[in-house]
Amino acid sequence: MSSDTKKVLLGPVIDNNPIALQVLGVCSALAVTSSMANAFVMTLAVIFVTAFSNLFISIIRNQIPSSVRIIIQMAIIASLVIVVDQVLKAFSYQLSKELSVFVGLIITNCIVMGRAEAFAMKEKPGVSFLDGIGNGLGYGAVLLVVAFFRELFGFGKLFGIEILPLVENGGWYQGNGFLVFPFSSFFVIGLIIWAIRQYKPEQVEKD
Amino acid sequence: MSDSKKAETFGGTLIFVFIICLVCAALVSVAAVGLKPLQTANKLLDKQTKILEASGLLEKAGTKSADIVATYNKYVVAKMIDLDSGSIIDGDADLFDERSAARDVTNSQKLVNDLAGINRRANNAVIYLINDDSGSLQTVVLPIVGSGLWGLMHGFVGLETNLSTVRSLVYSDHKETPGLGALITNDRWKSFWPGKEIFNDAHQIMINVVKGGAKPGDIHGVDALSGATLTSNGVKNSLHFWFGKQGYGPFIAKFRDVASKGGLK
Repeated sequence: MSSDTKKVLLGPVIDNNPIALQVLGVCSALAVTSSMANAFVMTLAVIFVTAFSNLFISIIRNQIPSSVRIIIQMAIIASLVIVVDQVLKAFSYQLSKELSVFVGLIITNCIVMGRAEAFAMKEKPGVSFLDGIGNGLGYGAVLLVVAFFRELFGFGKLFGIEILPLVENGGWYQGNGFLVFPFSSFFVIGLIIWAIRQYKPEQVEKD
Repeated sequence: MSDSKKAETFGGTLIFVFIICLVCAALVSVAAVGLKPLQTANKLLDKQTKILEASGLLEKAGTKSADIVATYNKYVVAKMIDLDSGSIIDGDADLFDERSAARDVTNSQKLVNDLAGINRRANNAVIYLINDDSGSLQTVVLPIVGSGLWGLMHGFVGLETNLSTVRSLVYSDHKETPGLGALITNDRWKSFWPGKEIFNDAHQIMINVVKGGAKPGDIHGVDALSGATLTSNGVKNSLHFWFGKQGYGPFIAKFRDVASKGGLK
């Protein structure tokens, strides 16, 4: 893997994370992180959508009339999201029931649109595709970390498997009622951003 | 980018947008139509799983989808009933969908005393009779729906053949608060239900969800969920509505004796 490819693919995971550094796509990160399984499927869905929307938009980037480019991007992104939603309903009905509207809301996920407009409109298809995967991975990394804390300490489980037996099920662990609510993700994401900036001080904005 | 600048004309833009829309529409249609059979099968499987769970047959059926369908087809008979008269009527139970029927003005009625908070109730309902290997009735599964805190809670009640003793209460679809109201699908809470009596000897509805915990030996009371008063009330109200005059009351009154003697098939 050349260093350029590596930078495009893995850069967004820590160095230029869409959630932690660019603070994009936070809305869905709050909603789908109550369990690892949800976060994982959502990650796959977003990787698929950003990668392919970047690819298709990059392929036709020289033909897109600039007056309607945002609408064209939306049409492509929306079509991909519908395909993902249909596939989920067909192959993983339980998860699609839980993720319900949030898969549809990938359309409004600023990361997808942001990468299409900022990257795919200028770069070649191959590297745009990788950039889409990279940003999906960066988004997913934060999602999975948040979901890890929320599911473990909120529900005493990981991927639905009981780790800390809950009082409600006759165990000893009293689930953290705060972490089961979506807004608790704000705090977890805040702590993640703090941790990343401790590790990489250059991400801290100058006053 | 420089190429696109020179080519931009009104007609060109229109044609380009049109082509993109056509391609996107084709992609979406292919996905929707191509995956439809799988999606319908999934929905049906989900419903059949819940019905088997409500009747206590799910463990026997296992987790494989083929086994669930086979068990369902072997033991479960769906029947349409008319809720007002309580009689079993002809009709394709597979085609009946409570959610759309309840919205259809010609097929439903607006409720005056809307205990369950559902606004309209379909005129008909589908009930599920679960037989054993010899074909005699074991369980009757009745679908219920009612408002919880955030939205409608859809579920199934499994009854023994006296049409009063609860075998299980299984919620299939709800929007209750995770960790609080969503515990209506928790195994421990569900384990409180088997054996509870909906009616007393005088056929009055006695089933209750008791805040602070049901007394030991209370055959009508189930512990409420702590921190989820409105969900617990919703469960109680749904049960009172669906087992009352506007729900399955007429059906139960009609078939109570017949069913316990094994006459309902």
